[in-house]
Amino acid sequence: MSTLTVSRQLRAPNPFLILLNSQEAVLVIALVVVTLFVTALNPRFLEFGNISDILSNCAYVAVAAIGTTMVIVSGNIDISMGSALGVCATIAGTLSVNNVPIPLVFLLTVLAGGLIGLANGFLVAYLRIPAIVVTLGMSSILKGGLIIATQGKWIYNMPPGFALSQGNLAGIPNPVWIMFILIAGFWLYLRYTAQGREVYAVGGNTEAARLSGINTRRVILRVFILNGLLVGVASILFATKFSSIQSNVPSGYELLVITSAVIGGVSILGGTGSVIGALLGAIFLETTRTSLPFIQIGGQPVRAEWFQAIQGTLILLAILIDIARRRRMR
Amino acid sequence: MQTVNDANKLRPAPPEEKSGVGPRLRKVLFAQESILALILLLIVLLLATQSDRFLTTRNLLNQTRFFTETALIALPMTLIIITGGIDLSVGSTLALSAVMLGFSWKFWGLPLELAVAVCLLTGIVAGLFNGLVIVYLKVPPLIVTLATLAIYRGFSFGISQSQSVTSFPEGFAIWGSGDVGGIPTQLIILVIATLIVGVVLARTPFGRYIYAIGNNELGARFAGINVNRVKLLIYTFAGFMAGVAGFIFTSRVLTTRADAATGVELDVIAAVVLGGTSIFGGSGSILGTILGVLIIQLLRNGLQLAGVTGDSTVIVIGFVLIAALLINNALRRRTVAR
Repeated sequence: MSTLTVSRQLRAPNPFLILLNSQEAVLVIALVVVTLFVTALNPRFLEFGNISDILSNCAYVAVAAIGTTMVIVSGNIDISMGSALGVCATIAGTLSVNNVPIPLVFLLTVLAGGLIGLANGFLVAYLRIPAIVVTLGMSSILKGGLIIATQGKWIYNMPPGFALSQGNLAGIPNPVWIMFILIAGFWLYLRYTAQGREVYAVGGNTEAARLSGINTRRVILRVFILNGLLVGVASILFATKFSSIQSNVPSGYELLVITSAVIGGVSILGGTGSVIGALLGAIFLETTRTSLPFIQIGGQPVRAEWFQAIQGTLILLAILIDIARRRRMR
Repeated sequence: MQTVNDANKLRPAPPEEKSGVGPRLRKVLFAQESILALILLLIVLLLATQSDRFLTTRNLLNQTRFFTETALIALPMTLIIITGGIDLSVGSTLALSAVMLGFSWKFWGLPLELAVAVCLLTGIVAGLFNGLVIVYLKVPPLIVTLATLAIYRGFSFGISQSQSVTSFPEGFAIWGSGDVGGIPTQLIILVIATLIVGVVLARTPFGRYIYAIGNNELGARFAGINVNRVKLLIYTFAGFMAGVAGFIFTSRVLTTRADAATGVELDVIAAVVLGGTSIFGGSGSILGTILGVLIIQLLRNGLQLAGVTGDSTVIVIGFVLIAALLINNALRRRTVAR
């Protein structure tokens, strides 16, 4: 990793290219372009209420995207977040309607997420099964288990204190606070602590990390547990958004989270990526989604049905940029 | 009521046949396929004692209608996983092909035969696109097909505007719910496809190239194998087979919906991995994959007969997938030790 940095510094500095070297900068530019474009069509887009809605709506994606960023940086992948989110949200709802004190409900929900992460991490790190297969399998176990346990029944009448996502502090919605605090915390953790650097080391070159004395298995296990805990937090934000919980697996959630992380600049080859990028990715996705009705093609607004196609195209674009960048740095 | 003999007939290919090929009986007995065949037999016996509706020709033939689409896609998926790749976009490709079938028939006014051609062509183009990005832009297959999973599904929703196309003419149903001499039409298609892919993989140079790439891609390149062409071909083939599955699916349910076959990639990958194909590439067989498909479908059917509701049977696939890999790992360790 250090050789790459050196070679980059040796290059003649072209300000534009340096800017493009940071995925965060690319995303910020894209975000500004989309915002300006839509604001030109509808000035109300920039109102405080709309912006705080966008941030609040993407919080449950951004929080899980922190975990996914760590998992991908460590050279693995998780596609079971959707099912885990559904299971944790149902646990939260069920506990709260059974009069368990609200703080305990939230604690147990986060722990349930951590337990799922522990199972994933143990299978990946210690039993050496590829993460894609473990989490594919975990996803269907959780999904099937959820249907068997709940028979698809919705949960209503949660106690009033449960509606965490609907409240706000100093005019800013609670989910936005939680999102920014977690992003800041994990940014510091990944950047400045030894444990955080170990994640990058393992993802950059597992063998080198092992030879330099890092317990690579424990690092991967830890990453998966943290990821699970974060999904637990995300599930609370998700479950408390509405007055009912559907007891099912929200479709396409894992794709939203992975897209956020990947367009945020985490390299699918492992070793690089930041949680700030993941946050920007989640905000960018939500902004794009809310902008769709404003964009006209052939006199017709773009229908919401196209969002997934746009999302997939964004993943491909981000990957191509990542690959082009790597080639230039070499 | 049911006898062991009845159950024996269900075994698609008795592993004993292989003893003529390999001199060591022991090797045959411990092959993944033999173990799978044994597991399959046990499941059949177990289910037969649980429900007397299970071991009837009618139920068993009827079951084939449900796994044909999975099995058709599992064939190319086996080839892809043997090369060390993966294709997560097959379910979306199936849906997009089916949507294009309905759309071109209903809104472009194409005759049904041409609409089927459009369906297959859609699959081919989708697979080719995957292959081109993987081969020429050198993006890992996992991430390319994760992106195209969203793209193709998004196109299915966008093109169909979430509307389903129905009221296909009566004769169209023959491919999905008709039969030839009592045997479901799609089962015949599946058997033919399985034989072709099985022979190509096991008995032709092209098949050996696939194993070579999975074992050591660089080595394969240096040995003069056109790795790019092989990969391009198998990803395109996967798209084509997803198109065929989309066609049969449409003929079976007589409606095209954008959310068709969501998550079918999980069934397919589970079957292939359960069938003994290494997720790291380099080994695997078509016989194993077919046994994997059968085991998963029978387990699902068994659960349904036992009163577990449809959607929750995915739980079986999850456990089977992880258990299969644990067993694979253990077996491999033993082979290495010996």
